[in-house]
Amino acid sequence: MNELDIITPKKKSRPLLDPPIVKRALKDAIMKLDPRLLAKNPVMFVVAVGSLITTVIFLRNLVSGTASATLLFQCQITIWLWFTVLFANFAEAMAEGRGKAQADTLKRGRKDATARREANGKTETVPATALRKGDIVFVQAGEVIPSDGEIIEGVATVNESAITGESAPVIRESGGDRSAVTGGTTVLSDWLRIRITVDPGQTFLDRMIALVEGAERQKTPNEIALDILLAGLTIVFLLAVATLLPFSAYSARAAESGRIPDVFSLISLLVCLIPTTIGGLLSAIGIAGMDRVLQHNVLAMSGKAVEAAGDVDTLLLDKTGTITLGNRQAVEFVPAPGVTIQELADAAQLSSLSDETPEGRSVVVLAKQYGLRERDVASPDLQFIPFTAQTRMSGVNVQGREIRKGATEAVYKYMRETRNLPVPVELERIVTTIAQAGGTPLAVADSTRGMLGVIHLKDVVKGGMKERFIQLRAMGIRTVMITGDNPLTAAAIASEAGVDDFLAEATPELKMQLIQREQTGGRLVAMTGDGTNDAPALAAADVGVAMNTGTQAAKEAGNMIDLDSNPTKLIEVVEIGKQLLMTRGALTTFSISNDVAKYFAILPAMFGTLYAASPGQHGPLWELNIMRLHSPESAILSAVIFNALIIVALIPLALRGVAYRPMSAQSLLARNLVIYGLGGLVIPFPGIWAIDQALVLLKLAPSS
Amino acid sequence: MTLIGWTQIFLFALILLVVTKPLGSYMLKVVEGEKHILSGVLGWLERLTYKLFGINPEKDMTWIEYGQSMLAFSLISMLFTYAILRLQGFLPLNPMHFSTEQAPAYATALTPDLAFNTAMSFTTNTNWQAYSGENTMSYLSQMLGLAYHNWISAAVGLAVAAAFIRGFARRTAGGVGNFWTDLTRSCLYILMPMGIVYSLFLAAQGVPQTFDAYQVASTLEGAKQIIPLGPIASQEWIKMLGINGGGFLNANSAHPFENPTPLSNFIQMISIFLLPAGLTYSFGKAVGDTRQGWALLAAMFVLWFAGTFLCYQFEAIGNPNMQDQGVEITTAALGDSGGNMEGKEVRFGLANSALFAVVTTDASCGAVNCMHDSLTPIGGLVTLLNIQLGEIVFGGVGSGLYGMLVYAVLTVFIAGLMVGRTPEYVGKKIEKKEVKMAMLFVLAAAFSILVFTGISTVLDFPEKSFINPQGATWNNVNNGGPHGLSEILYAFSSATGNNGSAFAGISVNTPFYNTLLGIAMFIGRFLMMVPVLAMAGALAGKKHVPATSGTFPTYSWLFVVLLTGVIIIVGALTFFPVLTLGPIVEEFLMNSRRLF
Repeated sequence: MNELDIITPKKKSRPLLDPPIVKRALKDAIMKLDPRLLAKNPVMFVVAVGSLITTVIFLRNLVSGTASATLLFQCQITIWLWFTVLFANFAEAMAEGRGKAQADTLKRGRKDATARREANGKTETVPATALRKGDIVFVQAGEVIPSDGEIIEGVATVNESAITGESAPVIRESGGDRSAVTGGTTVLSDWLRIRITVDPGQTFLDRMIALVEGAERQKTPNEIALDILLAGLTIVFLLAVATLLPFSAYSARAAESGRIPDVFSLISLLVCLIPTTIGGLLSAIGIAGMDRVLQHNVLAMSGKAVEAAGDVDTLLLDKTGTITLGNRQAVEFVPAPGVTIQELADAAQLSSLSDETPEGRSVVVLAKQYGLRERDVASPDLQFIPFTAQTRMSGVNVQGREIRKGATEAVYKYMRETRNLPVPVELERIVTTIAQAGGTPLAVADSTRGMLGVIHLKDVVKGGMKERFIQLRAMGIRTVMITGDNPLTAAAIASEAGVDDFLAEATPELKMQLIQREQTGGRLVAMTGDGTNDAPALAAADVGVAMNTGTQAAKEAGNMIDLDSNPTKLIEVVEIGKQLLMTRGALTTFSISNDVAKYFAILPAMFGTLYAASPGQHGPLWELNIMRLHSPESAILSAVIFNALIIVALIPLALRGVAYRPMSAQSLLARNLVIYGLGGLVIPFPGIWAIDQALVLLKLAPSS
Repeated sequence: MTLIGWTQIFLFALILLVVTKPLGSYMLKVVEGEKHILSGVLGWLERLTYKLFGINPEKDMTWIEYGQSMLAFSLISMLFTYAILRLQGFLPLNPMHFSTEQAPAYATALTPDLAFNTAMSFTTNTNWQAYSGENTMSYLSQMLGLAYHNWISAAVGLAVAAAFIRGFARRTAGGVGNFWTDLTRSCLYILMPMGIVYSLFLAAQGVPQTFDAYQVASTLEGAKQIIPLGPIASQEWIKMLGINGGGFLNANSAHPFENPTPLSNFIQMISIFLLPAGLTYSFGKAVGDTRQGWALLAAMFVLWFAGTFLCYQFEAIGNPNMQDQGVEITTAALGDSGGNMEGKEVRFGLANSALFAVVTTDASCGAVNCMHDSLTPIGGLVTLLNIQLGEIVFGGVGSGLYGMLVYAVLTVFIAGLMVGRTPEYVGKKIEKKEVKMAMLFVLAAAFSILVFTGISTVLDFPEKSFINPQGATWNNVNNGGPHGLSEILYAFSSATGNNGSAFAGISVNTPFYNTLLGIAMFIGRFLMMVPVLAMAGALAGKKHVPATSGTFPTYSWLFVVLLTGVIIIVGALTFFPVLTLGPIVEEFLMNSRRLF
């Protein structure tokens, strides 16, 4: 496992094209032809209306017995126009399908639970759906917790896999930050008395199902703005195409030759010009973005929150668990004058043998580097003195030696009072140096020898974090470390981890002030939190990720919930938000730059007969057919088919999102511009050409 | 194309670049009411104006108040001009007795529709002229009815640009400035001082300035020639500097009385681009990052240069049909007089004619020193497309800057998402409201140009009908083939773009065209200004988002390329189909020797 794997949780992977999802999406694509649903998407609505018009005309011509070559052309145009709509519907259905599949799993977990409600000193069995806010229920081992609530009595292990997908049980107990329980989870041992905190239909599970199903999906602000842009462009192109009728009528009159374009080619031109690619994929991109967040086991309460994540300027990261490993570790033995490092290491190891705390274990591990042999903990010679809050030290008595290890002041005092041993000035200096560097000094003393030296305990920054922060900085995101440590310690760790700033001796109030200060400066803030006292800050932050292990208050205040309770994930959430916005921008750019090639396919086909020297010949505008497409019919068909197929071709990109690499905006833009801007300009030329070749080969369009 | 031609073109660009910064910072100081070089000398006049009109210069207006003031002021000014035009027969300074019984035989009547069209045209800074000045307008009408608007429509444009700039520069502000102070200061400190110097310069070059009646001369052949005169110099300067373009005389800047020397020609071209170039710097300075302004200017220069190159190139190639006729057009040894010289002044030659044509259509000026109708198809296409892009390549006074900024906002919105943030421009988030207003801006122009041209290509009236005596609306064009379509298209593009230049070759002084073109000018001015002000209001109220390395850098070369690309793609995609049926097919036909 490399370092990055440690901080990047394994994603639950579901293949992009899961057969059951595809099957359901195919069905949904047809269901979505409902005009009420289509009307929500102005671009696709125009395509659908165009398809309807061509269908009616085609059917009329079919009955009236138009020439079969014309019918073949009109039939194909009509079919491909409908396919354009269906492909867009399919994209959306695919994006929704993944969420729906997840919702189905959740629904299966929502059993028809019953609850034992305590009322007036009696216990009655009621269905879980009858529970109201404030009801008190009693849940025993093996039972499902009927609804969300707060533990008022008891300690139990709970299996929360129905929500988190994580099967390892967690401990839930009354009081403190672990008192919240979620309906649908199962008590594995012991019992709990719970006060219900939500009304039916409002439970976490209900909300989660609604969210992943997309039932409550609302367009995000940026999506709405983009919709306006696309609708505006659609109207512009509608004007440009509709006015071609009078213009070509004028030209035909002036040229005394040539036909004015028919409805089929006008509608084809319109559909090719309006931004169908992005119009068809826009909602799929949004849904897929939410879904990607969910794949990371983060529940976003709204698409708006995911979008805001992309905009975040300042990340507030808790030191413990996010930036550091969470426990201090011994990194160095500094002996007092006249003591060898071996002696110090030996004493430190002896005193820590029975110390099962991570700190204690790290001392033993460090001591091994000095070649100390394994010792028998069970040896009767060793009498261990455990750590207590009063003594603030631990140790061992061995063969008359009293070895003590602990807070420097406590060890000094013990040695002074019991043995009257002096503290060397040199040692004091060492202690100060360590403290100034942000470390924690632990003094080690031996009653037979006096002060031996100091163990340097230090917060260990997680591997890969420094690189992560450099990337974030390149993306323009400032990281602020939040810690309860004193400023000296905080500064040392901050500089080691490479964060941009820190907030030491942080209190919820200070945190809140920091958020407000950032926001007043126009910056968007993201943070994580779990305690009730984090709730105001979580609510104030633009992106507030609450830990699932946190209190109910915290979970309600945040706009995202991390089911894994892994604070590092905030960074991934930001990346997903950015990726979502980038995908939208890339496909918009691609869609618009596609139009250039389509002009060169359709305009010569439409106007090819105007100003012809003699009837039956191509007019001068056929020269614009720079792709050398075979015939006007094949040219128009190829453009329409390309336009429809490109939607399908881009579905994986819309669902997966464009590749995101942390780098500066300038380089990101340059990169994406080349791929999607220039690519969008160039790709349709060979694409349309190839379709034209195929059409003629298959005799679906005339060769001249 | 010749070396001397290109030297002049590059000199032109160089001079513009040099004056942009000092002019831009001066203009910003003026509109923001800061102390500047003239505030000591002319401050009393400003204060007197406020006192006289009861203006409270301290009042900060919301965008709605600002817009209401602007619209009310424009409406009243327009009615004022309409009245003067209609009543000129009863008013003084009418030595040629226009609109009276003694009017000369060649005089054009100022009918209600022509007066409406003209009043609208000058109010909207368009200066579309369905009349010829020397045959229609009394000196009073020229000075008070028309030149007055040349001043104040330019000042209104500056005011709206100032409000838009404030939208970006201010932070969580309620207002966008005060329309009356913006208007007064622009007139007083920017237009007036420049006007005094400029008009004296023109008079020194030979532009007449007199109230005398027209002179009659006998030619060598014995024919009688009427030589029109008038207070031309005092109107000529603002025609150029205010980017109005409405000539005192019909031949506009091709006439020796409007544009007598190569030097006056050069200065006239510079003065068209002067204020819009300066405003880009004002914008950059106001938002606290002059690079932002330079980037806009760079995009303008790129588009200007591309247009100039194309136009000059195709004019220099000329028309192969002329070569077929054995017409000697390869006299490049004389400097710059090969190629297509039809409709051009020999005094100016190809380079200065092509440059003037591009400059006047890039900016919404509309003054001409050659006849655009006679340009080669591609040369004509360049002028058409310049106007259709929305008069944003330098553009009108003020309107050029805000038009370009609207495109910058669209660019940031379309491509800016690709950096993974919701779009922002100079620290302001671009959201629903901004996009909506930007799209309204784009839609208004597309609608007016396409729909009105469309109507005018197919509407059939009975012959000798009041509304259009020529009968069918397409009968008003003088040319057959695709060129006729270009002429109608140019008329509505020019009106909507508030340009005012004409492809000519089309008889537009009929109630139908006068009215429809008048409406197009209204749409092109006010239906675009109002969304701009609404956007300014929305932007001013927003917080400023500090730039980070994650912000889309809107001052880089990449942005300039992108902005240019969006302008071309959005503009060209809208108009490419109709241009195919106009100049593009004409080019093919010309080369295949087909004539109409």
